Amino acid sequence: MAKTPERDPHSGTATTGHDWDGITELDTPMPAWWLYTFYACIAFAVVWMVLFPSLPYVRGLLGYTARADFAASMEVQTARIAPMMARLREATPEAIAANPELRGFALAGGRIAFATNCAGCHGSGGQGALGGFPSLADDDWLYGGSFADIHKTIAVGVRNGDADARGIAMPAYISAGLTLPQIGDVADYVMSLSGTGTDPAAAARGAPLFAANCVACHGERGEGNRDLGAPRLNDRIWLYGGDKASLVQTIAYSRAGVMPAWAGRLDPAMINMLTVYVHALGGGER
Amino acid sequence: MPDIAIQDPPPLYAAHRKIYPRAVKGRVRSIKWIVLIVLLSIYYIVPWIRWDRGPGVPNQAVLADIGNARLFFFWVELWPQEIYFLTGFLILCAIGLFAATSLFGRVWCGFTCPQTVWTDLFMWIERKIEGDRNARIKRDAGPASADRTRRRLAKHAAWIVIAMATGGAWIMYFQDAPTVVVDLLTGGASAQTYFFFGLFTLTTYGLAGFAREQVCTYMCPWPRFQGAMLDRDSLVVTYRDWRGEPRGKLKEAGHGDCIDCGACVHVCPTGVDIRLGQQLECIGCGLCVDACDEVMGKLDRPQGLIAFETLANLAASTAAAARFAPSPARLQAGMEARRPLHIIRPRTLMYAGVLSVVVAIMLGAFLLRDTLTLTVLAERAPPYVLLSDGSIRNAYTLKLADKTRDAGRFVLVLDGPHGLALTVQDAEADAQGRPILPARPDAVATFRAFVVSPPGRHGDDSERLRFRLQDASGHVVASGSSVFLRPHH
Repeated sequence: MAKTPERDPHSGTATTGHDWDGITELDTPMPAWWLYTFYACIAFAVVWMVLFPSLPYVRGLLGYTARADFAASMEVQTARIAPMMARLREATPEAIAANPELRGFALAGGRIAFATNCAGCHGSGGQGALGGFPSLADDDWLYGGSFADIHKTIAVGVRNGDADARGIAMPAYISAGLTLPQIGDVADYVMSLSGTGTDPAAAARGAPLFAANCVACHGERGEGNRDLGAPRLNDRIWLYGGDKASLVQTIAYSRAGVMPAWAGRLDPAMINMLTVYVHALGGGER
Repeated sequence: MPDIAIQDPPPLYAAHRKIYPRAVKGRVRSIKWIVLIVLLSIYYIVPWIRWDRGPGVPNQAVLADIGNARLFFFWVELWPQEIYFLTGFLILCAIGLFAATSLFGRVWCGFTCPQTVWTDLFMWIERKIEGDRNARIKRDAGPASADRTRRRLAKHAAWIVIAMATGGAWIMYFQDAPTVVVDLLTGGASAQTYFFFGLFTLTTYGLAGFAREQVCTYMCPWPRFQGAMLDRDSLVVTYRDWRGEPRGKLKEAGHGDCIDCGACVHVCPTGVDIRLGQQLECIGCGLCVDACDEVMGKLDRPQGLIAFETLANLAASTAAAARFAPSPARLQAGMEARRPLHIIRPRTLMYAGVLSVVVAIMLGAFLLRDTLTLTVLAERAPPYVLLSDGSIRNAYTLKLADKTRDAGRFVLVLDGPHGLALTVQDAEADAQGRPILPARPDAVATFRAFVVSPPGRHGDDSERLRFRLQDASGHVVASGSSVFLRPHH
């Protein structure tokens, strides 16, 4: 491109050299202020690359990292709420719920902690899900709905292998002496306990089998046992489904939901906040 | 190469021509002084008016309390969600401006625009310190002198004092006036306060002291589109050329009434010659009317060679006067051809109509404005909860906004299909067991309500509900609606 640029006779400005049917385009130079701003930006970028991490494996002179920045701001926030967290750590969930200031903080913090740690199984509003994820918003509790009960359940978890975890295992009756038709009869009897049964004859056949195998944990009238975590069977709430097929599956092969112990994972203050939050979801017992 | 003369492109900026307006006395000038005094008094005094609203509430009559998200205007207190009242008020101002412009021309620009008012004030100070037009021109053109420097310093000092008062007054509409004055003077105000104080001081000083008519000519969008509001029946500042032309010296015969003395140009704050006809730069202040009337008075000629006149009348007068040579007969013929001001015309009727509709809407909305509102939000996760006895329960978040400062207590009742039971979490109950909601004065109180449909009760998948809030005498003071959802069967 050593050619002398063509000049527009009218303005004296160089053209781009292209000719479209006699129309040429002026190659007007950029305004000086624009050009110098552009150079200043390049200079700024160079300084930036020296000071801040911009290339792979190269740390900037300032030693800045976004992660450290985050940790520092977390520290600030943690320090900010530290006095409140200390109070929440010392107080019992009942005391927190009775104090409007602590309760407001616990509900707000509990909502976040619940969304982070619990909502994966129990749902964003604590509604649970069919298949072993209990609803925390209803009035049916496997291990009790008082502040103390909820607190303990969160702290120790369920069937997670720890010695003090809640819950015992239910036998799989297909390998514990019952035949499949017998299991069907028991299922019909269980349905009749909550008034949803459709086959009284089968239920009558299942009654003695229920008395022999199930009442130890689930109670004579299917009222359940909170110490063992044996669900109540004479209500409308089913952890794994209340239709006959689901019940047969449950009785034949057993069910065993698990939940981690949160005592070692979460700050005790956080567990207290979660307790207050879960208690307020709609089913808390006094 | 063809030999074509290369022309310089036209300059992008017109060189600033300094304007030295002369002082003038007259009717229009007096009206302008009165308007200036009234408007500036309102601006500087309003923040100091006190209005008792009880303890813990700002007692400033007009205050935009940004920090607490409240707008106070005497007896009115607006929340952020009611900002549409402000929008409506501004729409009202805009339509009022359109209507006034179509009737009377650029009265806003010439008399009430802050740029005009403060520029007028700054020019008055300039005349007091540096003298009138001729003295200023002479001093500016002459050699540097101690006297000139002294006067300039005095002028700028006075300007800056006024600019600071103006910037300070602006801050007072956003913060408690007595407090912020003390804070500003003792250095105790926030950096933000100083920034805005400085910003409005600088803009006042710059716009009224230096930019002046260039704001109207180059910066302001209003002159660009107000032509759309003007028509042949709008009053505009007009030179009656049918009477004044041909101009000529006083002593020579055969001329019109204009003696080409230049008084109209010398007093013009934007430096235009009104005799050239309508032009963008003319702000319609009418000072040339006063200047010309003064000259006509001295010559014992009828006043009104320059006047607030409609273009329709100007055309009629021109036609009527065309067949006369400059003479009293020409003047008479021209003046007799004029018709009275044509106020009622489609354009003004339309503006009046729109104005009345907006006023009616605004007034209605304002008078029917709720000071207590109940917002009901049905909880979506989960939409319903099955209880152990087979009941279906829905949960609702109730937000009770109380814009008053009385701590009211209200009974919540449910108005909906038969058989639904209402409870409110952690709420007290009245003698009949109905939940009591205590309002939070000047704040939003949040409650969680449960509605339960007992087992065996059948209803639609979605039933409409209305939550009503009753006062002690049973009157419904607020209500909100929602739906009750149940699983689909």
